[in-house]
Amino acid sequence: MLVSVLVFVFASLVTLGAAVAVVTNKNILHSAFYLILAFVGVAAIYVMLEAPFIAMVQVLVYIGAIAILIVFAIMLTRRLMSKDMDQKNAQWIPSALGSLTLFVVLGWIVYTAGWPAQEGAMPAEPISQLGQDLLTTYLVPFEIASVLLLAALVGAILIGRERETRSAE
Amino acid sequence: MQSYWIYIGIFLVVAVAVPIVAVALPALISPKKPSRRKEEVYECGIETTGNIRVQFKSQYYIYALIFLVFDIETVFLFPWAVSLGELPLFAVIEGVVFIAILFGGLIYAVRKGALVWY
Amino acid sequence: MADLINLIEGWITNLLLGWGASEELTLFLLQALGSVLVVIICFLIVIALIWVERKLAGRIQDRFGPNRAGPFGIFQSFADIIKIFTKEYVTPKGAEKGAFNIAPVLAMASVLAIWAVFPFAINVIGADVHVGVLYIVAVSAFGILAILMAGWSSNNRYALLGASRSVAMLISYEIPMVVSLLVPVLLAHSMKLSVIVKAQQPWWYLLVAPTAALIYLISSMAEIGKAPFDLLEAESELVAGYHTEYSGMKFGMFYVAEFLHQFTVGALITIFFLGGWGGPLAMRWPILGVIYFYGKSFLVYLVISWIRLSLPRIRIDAMLDLNWKFLIPVSFVNLVAVAVADRVMLELDLATWMYVGVMFAVNIFILLASLFLAGKSKPVVEREKFPPRPVAVPPGTES
Repeated sequence: MLVSVLVFVFASLVTLGAAVAVVTNKNILHSAFYLILAFVGVAAIYVMLEAPFIAMVQVLVYIGAIAILIVFAIMLTRRLMSKDMDQKNAQWIPSALGSLTLFVVLGWIVYTAGWPAQEGAMPAEPISQLGQDLLTTYLVPFEIASVLLLAALVGAILIGRERETRSAE
Repeated sequence: MQSYWIYIGIFLVVAVAVPIVAVALPALISPKKPSRRKEEVYECGIETTGNIRVQFKSQYYIYALIFLVFDIETVFLFPWAVSLGELPLFAVIEGVVFIAILFGGLIYAVRKGALVWY
Repeated sequence: MADLINLIEGWITNLLLGWGASEELTLFLLQALGSVLVVIICFLIVIALIWVERKLAGRIQDRFGPNRAGPFGIFQSFADIIKIFTKEYVTPKGAEKGAFNIAPVLAMASVLAIWAVFPFAINVIGADVHVGVLYIVAVSAFGILAILMAGWSSNNRYALLGASRSVAMLISYEIPMVVSLLVPVLLAHSMKLSVIVKAQQPWWYLLVAPTAALIYLISSMAEIGKAPFDLLEAESELVAGYHTEYSGMKFGMFYVAEFLHQFTVGALITIFFLGGWGGPLAMRWPILGVIYFYGKSFLVYLVISWIRLSLPRIRIDAMLDLNWKFLIPVSFVNLVAVAVADRVMLELDLATWMYVGVMFAVNIFILLASLFLAGKSKPVVEREKFPPRPVAVPPGTES
């Protein structure tokens, strides 16, 4: 259908354009806002792929939590707020090489994956199906996710506390 | 793509367009008399000095981090809650274990004093 | 007269098809019409609510409230609208123009967008998506973003401090809100709002899960950002918080969004805990369901107003403590208890009224027990105490 193609092209252009803006923008907080726009575009593409759950999680976690985290992190670092900062630092060549390698590997995976698609209709209750899979087939990853989150929580608290005691000295 | 997502798309466009119109309309009819005094930043009648974008304390960042962890937890709990009726009894226990692990994290955060606002 | 709304919808459909419009175009036009209608009704409700709120505030706080424009001051809102439309936009110097202008639109849109998925009656449903509850939570994230953008782009210290303080509060209170939302999802075994409403037709979830309803009410009051949680505009500390620098209709957007958000929370509580469109004869005449839905939402709105007009503002550390050390633990314990009780009673195959009774008892027990424990417990970390300071010390006498 023509309309869905148009919507897809629009969403992709927004995503890619915003992503380019994230990298090229001088003001790092503007970059953060463009990153949010890119997230919105990705969420729209998820919806078009009939994966609304992933789309909502994308918005909820990436925009509702991670974007705010990034903005707070930027506000914490006053020096980065200045507009006349150089966008390159000493490590830009290694990191560029790393990114390029990652891009090549990902592109190779995308090109050779073959994308197996399951025939048939969507289950009547996709979320319920997802929950059942999570709690039976993928139970161990489900519980490990909890432990991983706990580790992240403890790490965050430890690092944050350390900074505070240092500044008090 | 089901028709209701098209509806949501249309609705979102309307929901963004109506406020834009509401904000743009007064721009046409309202007076425009800019002056230097008017554009001054409001701060107790004293001129603002220094960089406005003050540095923040790390407290905000820690709150956001802890929130992120619990946000992801709730995302995992939604499929659990939906599918509870079709799962055996031990699935409830699995969810409880999932919650309990992170509940331990919350207790740790409280004990460490990470959630005290200075 | 079986069903007025579907009758009109069918009439328009036939009319458009009769004019030679294709089926897709007809659907598109109908959906566009529906969304415009819902948005316009939202705005009309806000106009009425502002007057109701001010009148109510007057009565509760022993004042008159608006009483000049028209009988009982009912034209006050319209006068305000005319005034605000003719106000000049002032952009402070050094503001980030783009973000400064996007923020009020985003604040309004994030509240309006929630209305896309509401079931207004048994057959008048917005978008009946599988992920309805998550959609509501996800869309609210943009409201937080709008506050952050407004505060940061204003180039004003008060706005920035107010914004980041309120964002810290909003994200904190989102956790108990979402966790207590999990309880209706768990009881209805679905995230579809229409299913959640239908599942509570004889027994509202207010009876099945009163503790979750209470936690949801408290945490969404914090999300609205009105008293006693109106830290974002603590005028004695932060002028007006994140919208200090806004004027004219841009300020109006924040103001309207706040009112609409409060009504939206009323509607959400209606959907999740008060049976949505449910009521006598609502099954037979869906138009009655729409009336019940808006009526119940309005009642919840009044309750929220009543609370917010009666209580003073809470200090920020007390407020965050209330959230992290009381609401979040209680909501998690409540969720676990409801899940276990629900599953066990599903095995036992009890009668519905017994099920409701046991659930009610479990919920109330958790509420009372946690209140008792909270009353017993000491603060985990004592706040730093400062010695009393004399108001003024003569120069040279400082020790």
